[in-house]
Amino acid sequence: MNANPVSDSGSIILRSENLGRVVNGKVLVDDVTFDLWASEVLAIVGPSGSGKSSLLRLLNRLDEPSNGTVYLEGIDYRQIEPRTLRRKVGLVTQRPYLFPGTVGENLKFGPAQHGQVLSQESLDDLLAKVGLRGYSARNVANLSGGEAQRVAVARTLANRPLILLLDEPTSALDEASKFEIEALLLSIVLDQRLTCVIVTHDKTQAARLAERALVLESGRVVRMGATSEVLHA
Amino acid sequence: MLKHFFSNPLHLVLVQAGSAAAAAMIVVLLARRRGIHLENETLIAMIRGLIQIIAVGSILVILLRGPRWTGGLLLAVMIVAAGATSARRAKGIPGAFTVSTWAIAFGAGSVIAIMTWLGVIDSAITSLVPVGSMLIANAMNTNGLALNRLRGDVLAHRGEIEAALALGAETKVSVSPYIQVAFESSLIPAIDSVRSLGIVWIPGLMAGMLLSGVRPLYAAIYQFVVLAMILAASGLTSLVSTLLIRARIFTSAEQLILQPGR
Repeated sequence: MNANPVSDSGSIILRSENLGRVVNGKVLVDDVTFDLWASEVLAIVGPSGSGKSSLLRLLNRLDEPSNGTVYLEGIDYRQIEPRTLRRKVGLVTQRPYLFPGTVGENLKFGPAQHGQVLSQESLDDLLAKVGLRGYSARNVANLSGGEAQRVAVARTLANRPLILLLDEPTSALDEASKFEIEALLLSIVLDQRLTCVIVTHDKTQAARLAERALVLESGRVVRMGATSEVLHA
Repeated sequence: MLKHFFSNPLHLVLVQAGSAAAAAMIVVLLARRRGIHLENETLIAMIRGLIQIIAVGSILVILLRGPRWTGGLLLAVMIVAAGATSARRAKGIPGAFTVSTWAIAFGAGSVIAIMTWLGVIDSAITSLVPVGSMLIANAMNTNGLALNRLRGDVLAHRGEIEAALALGAETKVSVSPYIQVAFESSLIPAIDSVRSLGIVWIPGLMAGMLLSGVRPLYAAIYQFVVLAMILAASGLTSLVSTLLIRARIFTSAEQLILQPGR
């Protein structure tokens, strides 16, 4: 998976420009600038509290930047309606946070927010992609941690995002589930040539999943480049 | 028993007040042994309540002899005070005082106005102010319960709310389950009061009417009327409050404002 993303497509899909966030005088993200190329997987790595998740939340505007901005396909994201932006820049969080009800209802939620109905065929396809064929009618209360995270991935994919943001998607799982989800993400990203930003504190996971890595420390970018070079520096 | 020791009515009423306050403080001290610290809040609330009710009682004596508009003025002041009191239950929610005051003004105020216009509440200050204050006080309690519950639920379910936002949901969709629960739970005391009327409790108003010689049936029906008005005022207040507060817990960019510890 360590192909050169630039040569794959050559277009910048998202640009973070001098992005920063300060809360109660504490700097969480400090002047972060980077480009995300179409169809690439970028890992954001760094120790706990380095601002990885805060940066990810800024990318789909769940939090407001204190300075700087993000350009999505060349458009300043403050000019895009937040709901439209968040559909285009999908987020899978550390914990799945499924809504009470069935797996199918969870998957239909996103499309329903903009008046679309997820067909049974699309729903079955999505469940097959995440290895949960036949789970549509299952109550989410009866799922294991790994299954719930798969549903969360499928739920985000149901919105057909341009970019997938993954916030430590395997950190709350046991070792077996962790590798399963990792393999799943890899296959989805490769199949769909999906642009992806993954936050992880695990350098080996970053090396397995991403072509490029961005290392954060105290909210600042300290290194950025090819995963193999950056993570062994 | 106290009557045997205190013949002066003023002394007697002060000792009675002290005994009731001591009973409340004993409960607070028992709670303290279980690690629940309510001493300061309860003590301040009781002292404040006593001073306020004596002050209002004194003002009432003057106002009750005044023109009718003073009744409306007094109720308006009560609404603002009620808004300030219940807004304290919505810590971290911007504009909670404004929302609470408008909600109580609309909820209790409209019921008072309509019922006075219909003649259900006598427009004489001696009737309007006590009955109106009951509606306002209950609306305040309901509003405080609704905001407190909503705040707690939003903080506890921040992940689910932001998951919905991240999937492109409107803010109102993302919090609708918690708005509904806050509204329903805030009305439990008012509904239970009506449900248990006469079986579990005989309200003070009815007891007072009976003691002053009003026929029991008339006193009972009027008590029901008051409780039904309280239910209407409380329900309307909670409905308006939860709808107005919904817009206050998000920024214009649809980001959740309420965060733990803020």
